[in-house]
Amino acid sequence: MKTATAGPRPAAPGRAGPAHRRDLLRQMLRIRRFEERCVELYSATKIRGFLHLYIGEEAVAAGVMAALEPADAVVSTYREHGHALARGVPMDAIMAEMYGKATGCSRGRGGSMHLFDRATNFHGGSAIVGGGLPLAVGLALADRMAGRSRVTACFFGDGAVAEGEFHECLNLAALWHLPVLFLCENNLYAMGTRIDRAQANTDLAARAATYGMTAHAVDGMDVRVVEKAARRAAAAVRATGSPYFLELRTYRFRAHSMYDPDRYRDKAEIARWQQRDPIDTLARRMISDGELDEPGLAQLNADVEAEVAASVTAAEQAPVEPVDQLTRFVYAEDEGLP
Amino acid sequence: MTAATATAQAELTYREAVREAIRDAMRRDERVFLMGEDVGPYGGAFGVSLGLLEEFGADRIRDTPLSESAFVGAGIGAAMGGMRPIVEIMTVNFSLLALDQILNNAATLLHMSGGQFGAPLVIRMTTGGGRQLAAQHSHSLEGWYAHIPGLRILAPATVADARGMLWPALRCPDPVLIFEHGSLYNATGSPAGHDSADITTAAIRRTGSDVTIVAYGGTLGTALNAADRLAEQSISADVIDLRVLRPLDDATIMESVRRTHRAVVVDEGWRSGSLSAEIAARITEQAFYDLDAPVGRVCSAEVPMPYAAHLEQAALPQPGAVVDAVRAVAA
Ligand SMILES: Cc1ncc(C[n+]2csc(CCOP(=O)(O)OP(=O)(O)O)c2C)c(N)n1
Repeated sequence: MKTATAGPRPAAPGRAGPAHRRDLLRQMLRIRRFEERCVELYSATKIRGFLHLYIGEEAVAAGVMAALEPADAVVSTYREHGHALARGVPMDAIMAEMYGKATGCSRGRGGSMHLFDRATNFHGGSAIVGGGLPLAVGLALADRMAGRSRVTACFFGDGAVAEGEFHECLNLAALWHLPVLFLCENNLYAMGTRIDRAQANTDLAARAATYGMTAHAVDGMDVRVVEKAARRAAAAVRATGSPYFLELRTYRFRAHSMYDPDRYRDKAEIARWQQRDPIDTLARRMISDGELDEPGLAQLNADVEAEVAASVTAAEQAPVEPVDQLTRFVYAEDEGLP
Repeated sequence: MTAATATAQAELTYREAVREAIRDAMRRDERVFLMGEDVGPYGGAFGVSLGLLEEFGADRIRDTPLSESAFVGAGIGAAMGGMRPIVEIMTVNFSLLALDQILNNAATLLHMSGGQFGAPLVIRMTTGGGRQLAAQHSHSLEGWYAHIPGLRILAPATVADARGMLWPALRCPDPVLIFEHGSLYNATGSPAGHDSADITTAAIRRTGSDVTIVAYGGTLGTALNAADRLAEQSISADVIDLRVLRPLDDATIMESVRRTHRAVVVDEGWRSGSLSAEIAARITEQAFYDLDAPVGRVCSAEVPMPYAAHLEQAALPQPGAVVDAVRAVAA
């Protein structure tokens, strides 16, 4: 068994400076505009199933993905449009999946909650709360055993911390020194249950630390803070081959899903968090630093809207999977896969 | 009949009927409480417990963390300790995180303790597909639970049964699992007088003489729809609603098959190793010489449930497929 001990890499070009910040802003706008469009399409019954929006949390996906390498693995949840988009899964493939079309990234079988994309090492898209954690541990174990030095980034919510899997997986990852970057998106609610009504100790980073890994909490509403923390965390995982826990303090501006009337949250609380909108925060900062002007921002927005519109057109025109293909992908053997 | 049910003569939705049943049980017996994820301020993932928190307080309408194994196991312990818990699990898919507790504790305690410790609790959960929720939210696994000795498995398909099955389930000394099909919550019907349904026998929902169609829960509507279409083709179907998936009411099934000489089982589970397989086997064992044709089955396609609407519909048992299956055994 080889130990992965690759040292921290030098920052690649373009990772700092106005162009990079502009890209972070663009990624967050892509997520926001994509999901706003999904809401309309949902109301128009073009897309169905459960739809969990990431609106308000965009800084987490954009910041973390900027800190990962293409070879790294990502394990996600059912609230994963933002993760998938920021990771580089093509928007067309995601939109087509929302439509349940054959060109969707899961060939119409997964829908909003189960986006998968091998090309970007995007391992889904699990809707069982806590269910992705063991997968991340296993991916990291495989990397360790094969002598690969990549990071496995594992997203999950604060609610998942109450599941047994969380404890079992942090223990195992720490015990075996596995290169997992645990990313807890603490948006204060698990559906309608506020964190202090579900967790005996709401200091999640402190709890993770008891398993013997570096763990801390950062502001998840500021993409620059997220990126910096994620970069440091990923570098530490690469350098030590051991797990690291990052709690990203964030907030969802929308209801848990399209089925949720959101009766359990105070409007004033939502408004207070909206003041810290991650997109506005970065855009305002860039404008005041002279890195962006209003026409530039409008242009960025227009470009993103065009991308979203094109993805809708493509999804509308895409073919559906023929019903005679229903039983495909149940057994790899039948597909001639090894 | 209690005052609460005497007034409940009007039409209710299935969702309201379950809520009414919980409310009624909590009023009748102070040992009864409800616990599960988001049953409190959220009102339950399917809106079943909406308003109950205000009426009964947070002690008896108890929100739990996302810890299925812990809170289902705690329900079993509370039942051993003299309480009468109703544990809500959001869907059968998530119940798998608590399978160890349900199988290795709830189902076995009485037997392993030589009759000393039972677990008289009720575990309710949603099951079934049809709402484009894909593979981790749509399966019908109640047949798996029906495999386990020590459990009683109920599947109310009507508003009256949704209203009436909870109270006898709570009075039953065994662990009872109630499966509510997700597509039934908005169905309406009259629960009048049904505050205590029969939880031991199947019900005949339509009488006919040419074929027996056996269904339950989410497939009862499919079977009745098929029976309507068959009537137009002058085929008269007896439609049995199993209601109780364990222990199965063989007598009602066999009585019907002996009259009609033909049977088709409609089950939303996968065919292989399913409840439909069990029923077909029992018919063969007990009524073989009364049969004029092999028992037919209509089940879900053997794939994880897909998201896309047309694929999901193709995977689920449809009335047309039931009609075809009946015509095949009646040919
Ligand atoms: C094992 C399991 N139990 C329950 C659910 C239902 N459910 C879906 S999302 C959710 C809330 C999860 O909250 P959190 O982990 O904080 O993530 P967030 O939705 O806030 O991103 C619940 C209870 C589920 N999907 N899986």
